[in-house]
Amino acid sequence: MRAAVVRNETVMTEPAVDAIVEVRGISKTYGSVEALREIDLDFPRGKLTSLLGPSGCGKTTLLKIIAGLIEADGGTVAVNGKKVSAPGPERAFVFQDFALLPWATVLRNVAFGLELRGTAKEERETTARRYIKDVGLAGFEDKYPHELSGGMRQRVGLARALCVDADVLLLDEPFSAVDEQNRRKFQEDLIRLRTNQNKTFIFVTHSIEEAVYISDRIVLLSPRPGRVSRIIEPQIDRSGDPDRIHRDRHYLDTVEEIWQGLKQYVE
Amino acid sequence: MAAQMQAGGAVSFAAPSRSSQAVRLIERPIVLRLLSIALFAAIWQIAGLIPVSFAFPTFSDTMIAFVTMMADGSLPTAYVSTLQPLILGVILSTFVGVGIGTLCGLWRPGEWLLIPVFIVLQAAPVAAFIPLVTFIYGIGMTAKTLAVIILALPVIVLNTYKAVRNVNESLLVMSRSFMGTRWQEVIKIVLPDASPVIFAGLRLGVAAGFVGVVLAELLITPTGIGDLITFARSRADYAGMYATIASVIALSTVTLVALQWIEVRVFRPEKRGD
Ligand SMILES: Nc1ncnc2c1ncn2[C@@H]1O[C@H](COP(=O)(O)OP(=O)(O)OP(=O)(O)O)[C@@H](O)[C@H]1O
Ligand SMILES: [Mg+2]
Repeated sequence: MRAAVVRNETVMTEPAVDAIVEVRGISKTYGSVEALREIDLDFPRGKLTSLLGPSGCGKTTLLKIIAGLIEADGGTVAVNGKKVSAPGPERAFVFQDFALLPWATVLRNVAFGLELRGTAKEERETTARRYIKDVGLAGFEDKYPHELSGGMRQRVGLARALCVDADVLLLDEPFSAVDEQNRRKFQEDLIRLRTNQNKTFIFVTHSIEEAVYISDRIVLLSPRPGRVSRIIEPQIDRSGDPDRIHRDRHYLDTVEEIWQGLKQYVE
Repeated sequence: MAAQMQAGGAVSFAAPSRSSQAVRLIERPIVLRLLSIALFAAIWQIAGLIPVSFAFPTFSDTMIAFVTMMADGSLPTAYVSTLQPLILGVILSTFVGVGIGTLCGLWRPGEWLLIPVFIVLQAAPVAAFIPLVTFIYGIGMTAKTLAVIILALPVIVLNTYKAVRNVNESLLVMSRSFMGTRWQEVIKIVLPDASPVIFAGLRLGVAAGFVGVVLAELLITPTGIGDLITFARSRADYAGMYATIASVIALSTVTLVALQWIEVRVFRPEKRGD
């Protein structure tokens, strides 16, 4: 009886079932800092995969390379089988610092991705209203970001990413600037959204609990240079009461197991 | 009995609500502003009555002179002559200044080529150049317009440049992640993000433009408002002189307020308080 299916690197080379994002031999060096070395990873379609690791291990760098926002020194990223090196319509990013336009209303912010694509105003606002409702912000369409709490601002960021109807959502520590209560609520909503939306999520976090709570798959990165150290698939039933998960034995065992694995990097 | 109680209750409630209404009235910005103007006028009146100097008229004399000059057409005629180069110069400075500033903020070679020129221009006592303009452009409309531009342009360029250089990087990354083009980045992110600082520059630039045109009229082309001031002084008509100067200050203030209104309406609606 194991709390989680644990695979190590050698098993990784075997092709995953229907990978929507394939990362092959990605390396990145900033000056003298080697942020990533030879990363090979598959992200299965329709799953939520977390990138977990201590600060500075290159999580953001890897996510931004997948997004096409940073150029890798070597290696390739393929989405839906096609190599990509720039942002594309099949990927949407949710930013750690929200990156909302302070001078635009919630409605315009959520529709902004579509605005940049030249979608007609009426059409994009109809779409935006739908997603504003989905993330629980109905009634706030005409508010400005400074009138919202941190948690609500990040919901705007999430709605904006959902609005462009990308297959892959890339989230860089979306809850790090959100208080604990809102964070819990948001995590529950994300689990719900994920079951409804049929999208692939790639989620960066440095919280073990958060990763185990929401992920189908957790990629542990080791620091300096950033490498894949382990891949864990927590088998947690998320259908029931969310609070029950936090007391679930599999959940607690997996958290403990990851902590034991990561402890060596924290000094 | 019940009616009496109700009436009594109504009275006891009405009193505090009336005084709180008065408090709220005082707190209204428009009331405060009118109060501050009234206070200023009162101090001016007292200083004129003392008098501080034989050349310092009272507020009331100045107002009378203002009405007289409006009625006899001398002030309106002067403004027609002054406002043409002023408006032309300010509009040119705004568009050229914001354009050059944005270009320099976005494009390194532009920055290296042009920004030092404007830094020098801003540091120099530019008013001293105004007589030089006469040698090249004579004493007509061109010279006056140029005087406005010389004073207004540097501050507009430098503020715009600074604001564009310090644009919120994370918004640009966001725009790129949603496949925004470079042009969309500039129009939808850089300019709105920079607009508060750009408008601060515009306000300084417009104020400098007023200085420029009046200086030009005092120093090189005795026409318009500058001429009116000189003329009133030569006749020892101090009330008329002060009325003219005060009208320029008032007009300049109104222009700056209008600029602020445009900024909040068009570019930064989130700053619109209730
Ligand atoms: N633009 C940059 N220039 C130089 N070094 C950088 C740059 N961006 C990141 N680095 C370095 O690369 C390494 C990986 O950075 P990255 O931001 O990807 O880490 P991270 O895992 O997201 O960390 P955190 O948990 O703190 O967000 C770090 O050591 C960081 O200092
Ligand atoms: Mg990071």
